[in-house]
Amino acid sequence: MSAITSKDFTPLPKERDMTDVIVRPSVSYWKDVFRRIRSDKVAVVSFTFILLISLMAIFAPIVCQYGYDTTSMGQGNLSPSSEHWFGTDSLGRDLWARVWVGARISLLIGLCGAIVPQIVGIVLGGVAGYFGGWLDMLIMRIIDIGACIPSLIYVTLIMLYFGSGPAAIVLAIAMSFWMDSARVVRGRMLQFKNREFVLAAKTQGASSFRVIFRHILPNILGQQVVSVSSAIPSAIFLEAYLSFIGLGVASPMTSWGQLCQLGASFYRLYPYQLFIPGAFISVTILAFYLFGNCLRDALDPHLRD
Amino acid sequence: MKKYILKRFFISLITIWLIATCCFFLLRTLPGNPFATQQLLSPEMQERMMEYYGLNGPLSEQYLTFMKNLLHGDFGSSLKYTGQSVNGIIASTFPVSAQLGLQAYLISFPIGILFGIIAARNRGRTIDYSLVAFSVLGVSVPVFVLASLLQYIFAIKLQILPVALWSSMKHTILPTITLAIGSIASKTRLMRTLMLEVITEDYVKTAKAKGLPAWKIVWNHQIRNAIIPMIPSLGMEIVSILMGSFVVEQIYSVPGIGAYFVNSVRSLDYTMTLGLTVFLAIFVVTANFIIDLIYGLVDPRIRVTK
Repeated sequence: MSAITSKDFTPLPKERDMTDVIVRPSVSYWKDVFRRIRSDKVAVVSFTFILLISLMAIFAPIVCQYGYDTTSMGQGNLSPSSEHWFGTDSLGRDLWARVWVGARISLLIGLCGAIVPQIVGIVLGGVAGYFGGWLDMLIMRIIDIGACIPSLIYVTLIMLYFGSGPAAIVLAIAMSFWMDSARVVRGRMLQFKNREFVLAAKTQGASSFRVIFRHILPNILGQQVVSVSSAIPSAIFLEAYLSFIGLGVASPMTSWGQLCQLGASFYRLYPYQLFIPGAFISVTILAFYLFGNCLRDALDPHLRD
Repeated sequence: MKKYILKRFFISLITIWLIATCCFFLLRTLPGNPFATQQLLSPEMQERMMEYYGLNGPLSEQYLTFMKNLLHGDFGSSLKYTGQSVNGIIASTFPVSAQLGLQAYLISFPIGILFGIIAARNRGRTIDYSLVAFSVLGVSVPVFVLASLLQYIFAIKLQILPVALWSSMKHTILPTITLAIGSIASKTRLMRTLMLEVITEDYVKTAKAKGLPAWKIVWNHQIRNAIIPMIPSLGMEIVSILMGSFVVEQIYSVPGIGAYFVNSVRSLDYTMTLGLTVFLAIFVVTANFIIDLIYGLVDPRIRVTK
């Protein structure tokens, strides 16, 4: 065994000291979420589909040559053709125009019906959780009782009172959906309100408003975005059910649920009148649902490997 | 436990009272008159009708009468179906709706749980993917599209089942299946998630290390723990089955309670809407109360924390 000499050692090249330097820019939370979603094929496809449907809902009725409420007696119940792409209904109204006008109502109700109760829930749940005391007591008792009331009853009462327009349906959906999110937000608020960063903010003299919205809310928001995305299909569903049993938007305004209702009475003779709007509801709900799942996987830190 | 039961019972009572009161006042302050649609009635005649049905006096008085009758279980008589009491209509239609709902419920519960367990046990294999695909599809197709589709395939094309109506066991098959598919799908999904959570728990590893046979681990350690969070979802399920049954009844012409409910809302039949709403509320609230109790019995943790 030969002795170790100084020749066995060579000094490191100078550049190797650079290994500690961070070469790539750091990735923020939302950037990371965006990157994950973009790399997920299902999410991209479903999001593209949702975007396409929304764009069509906005622009298709504008460029369509038939009005959604123009009746024409001689042209009732025509099958899909180059003239009427989705055919016509029993009053001769063009179904292509009606499907896209219906899409406006259905999507609008889906979106508002998911966001409005979420905002109400975040505000009330946040206040209840942060301040506690009698306010918390009051809000939680209201939720305890309100959650026992079946949503059909809210819906019926609101429809009776405000008539059957899109706003009444959103209100009805909001009445029955806000309690879940309020409960969740309250729980999260309790988790966060005694953490160090909240204490630090308070020590620096931040107001309760600032603590809630600037410091605690961003920690909760991810979860709530997921619950919005999963509430959209339920809101669309609820609207479709209501329209189907005859408590939805009033004619000549239409929605996918109402189109299905009208189509269902004669579907043996004219199946396209039921199955075209039915397919639109199903595929749109599927797209929202799959996108919501992908969003949850991307946002939830626990599911990351 | 006694305190817990009492508290839930008290909340249930308040809920029912609140629903009845809100419904009563909201309905009575609605614009319009239930007899205005019958054009042949002269104003004096309408007045007499209002008096006959006790709709004339001051609201507070009407409310007290309504509450007194409610305590005796009497919902009054319908304004539109002349000579029929709301109780009579409930008695003749609710058993049909209840049978439909119960059949769907009884089918969907075991099948949904079984599917969930199978999917979770075979995670990542073909059978898991096909069950997940089924549950995603089952959740996204609205029940009225599904109902028409099944009716078209099995009753019109294949002609193996009756198209509509409700007179024999055979007639109940299609409506029940239609109603059950949605809830099987959602239960499969829920049970799969719950099972996957349980499978990675330490006590499952311990059981495996002790050398227990696989079926014993699944039965005693996994299913028992995974099934507990399923119980509160059963209460929500009742409401969604109820909603779904209104639609299914309409498509298959089932003589259930749904059509009466919707018609009464449309035609301002006060007593009918009020009676049916309160009746459904009592039904749902009671079901939720019972499910809460079962939950408390099955999971001791609930009793301790509340």
